[in-house]
Amino acid sequence: MRAQAAPRVVVIGGGFAGASAARAIKAEDPRIAMALVEPSPHYTACPLSNAVIAGVRSMEAQHFGYARIEAEGIVHVPQRAVRIEPEQRRVVLADEVRLSYDRLVVAPGIDLRFDAIPGYDAAAAELMPHAWKAGEQTLLLRRQLEAMDDGGLVVIAVPANPFRCPPGPYERASLIAHYLKTHKPRSKILILDRKDAFSKQRLFEAGWAALYPGMIEWIGQSFGGGVTEVDATTRTLRTEFGEHRAAVANIIPPQRAGAIATLAGVADATGWCPVDPVTFESLLVPNVHVIGDAAIGGAMPKSAFTANAQAKVCASAVIALLRGEPPGEPTLINTCYSLLAPDYGISIAGVYRPKDGLLAEVEGAGGTSALDAPMAVRTEEAAYGEAWFETITLEAFG
Amino acid sequence: MTKALVSVPKAAKRGDIVDIRAMIAHPMETGYRMGANGVAIPRRIITRFVCTYGGGEVFAADFSPAVSANPFVSFSLRAAESGPVGFAWTDDQGETVTASAEIAVS
Repeated sequence: MRAQAAPRVVVIGGGFAGASAARAIKAEDPRIAMALVEPSPHYTACPLSNAVIAGVRSMEAQHFGYARIEAEGIVHVPQRAVRIEPEQRRVVLADEVRLSYDRLVVAPGIDLRFDAIPGYDAAAAELMPHAWKAGEQTLLLRRQLEAMDDGGLVVIAVPANPFRCPPGPYERASLIAHYLKTHKPRSKILILDRKDAFSKQRLFEAGWAALYPGMIEWIGQSFGGGVTEVDATTRTLRTEFGEHRAAVANIIPPQRAGAIATLAGVADATGWCPVDPVTFESLLVPNVHVIGDAAIGGAMPKSAFTANAQAKVCASAVIALLRGEPPGEPTLINTCYSLLAPDYGISIAGVYRPKDGLLAEVEGAGGTSALDAPMAVRTEEAAYGEAWFETITLEAFG
Repeated sequence: MTKALVSVPKAAKRGDIVDIRAMIAHPMETGYRMGANGVAIPRRIITRFVCTYGGGEVFAADFSPAVSANPFVSFSLRAAESGPVGFAWTDDQGETVTASAEIAVS
């Protein structure tokens, strides 16, 4: 195994960030020996999973395998990484096999914090699903909505920033409202929020007034939106100023970088991973890069678009650093589409550049959908969102 | 629109220490900001918050311009007798908003 001519790069995590990075590195320099460490046989994508919850999309449409990635010469290691040995530059797998690397890319996504809201632990999530990692939880929330009586109260608890997919909770409320309007029209949705403002708020609120009048109520942090405790057996959510009994409760708890980030020493006290905004190299462990939802360091929201954009920048930086060349100054873009109904889409876009050690939003670039756009534009944006999903999954998984 | 929210336990045992929370929707405009037309936005803040219980003042606070919009106050109280817990916020125009909640002490 010694004296290999080709550099070795290991990627931990087969989501949008990790899969995109592995493919981009291999495409840019096919000589590099690439391993993708991911225990799951396939990836379940979060974008558009709110449509699965609403019953307008199948779960199968969210699944992506690694066969095409493997066909490109990337070795898929179906194992969990348990720690790293940064001095020896080795990743230790669950079966104690060690993978050597010249550069390591850590892209574990998020873990849900089951220590943040009293009463909300992994067992409670079986009664009050988070559905914030797509998969069984998505289907659980779907089944609960299907089983709910007409007139029921659906409560969605939203955490403070930063968290995965900032517009996601409000898209979810919208699409659940679409389902309820068509099937259980006397039902209501209550959003209890740990924030006083949210992404695309004016667009969401205008859309709710037009599509679902009187159906969705949002309570921000100042007005008692912060959930302080839950009781899963009675589906009760307590806030600073009262309590709410839900027929279906969707608790989106605070999050942190996936567990391996902490085990690898790349996460700080916040639970997230600070990175250099040019190379995405960890500020805590050399030769290790962190991308996607796990990374933090500036204004980029945690989205699949961001993960893919960071993966491509990181891939170029990794190759430059392996060659001893200076990495280029990147410009990154993020766009998030949200559905308010299957044929009603809105978007937000931002452009980001390194500034003072962080990724800063470029003033005057980007923006959101027009508040007064006609329905035809909303329908087009819904189609753009679908097309974006096709593109991003093709980029990540082939 | 003014909106005040208070949280007082419905029941407590005599001598219990209970948590009290109070929030008022208020812009807490500092007076230091300039509007879009270049004219200073006049100061408008809550200056005084008072909580009364058992016939007397049990908690009070003076607010300054540094206090955020929608100020939130949380403090502890010793449950002594059944009755109303009163809250009053007074702003620098002299306007007062009140709220009240009953606690049953056994």
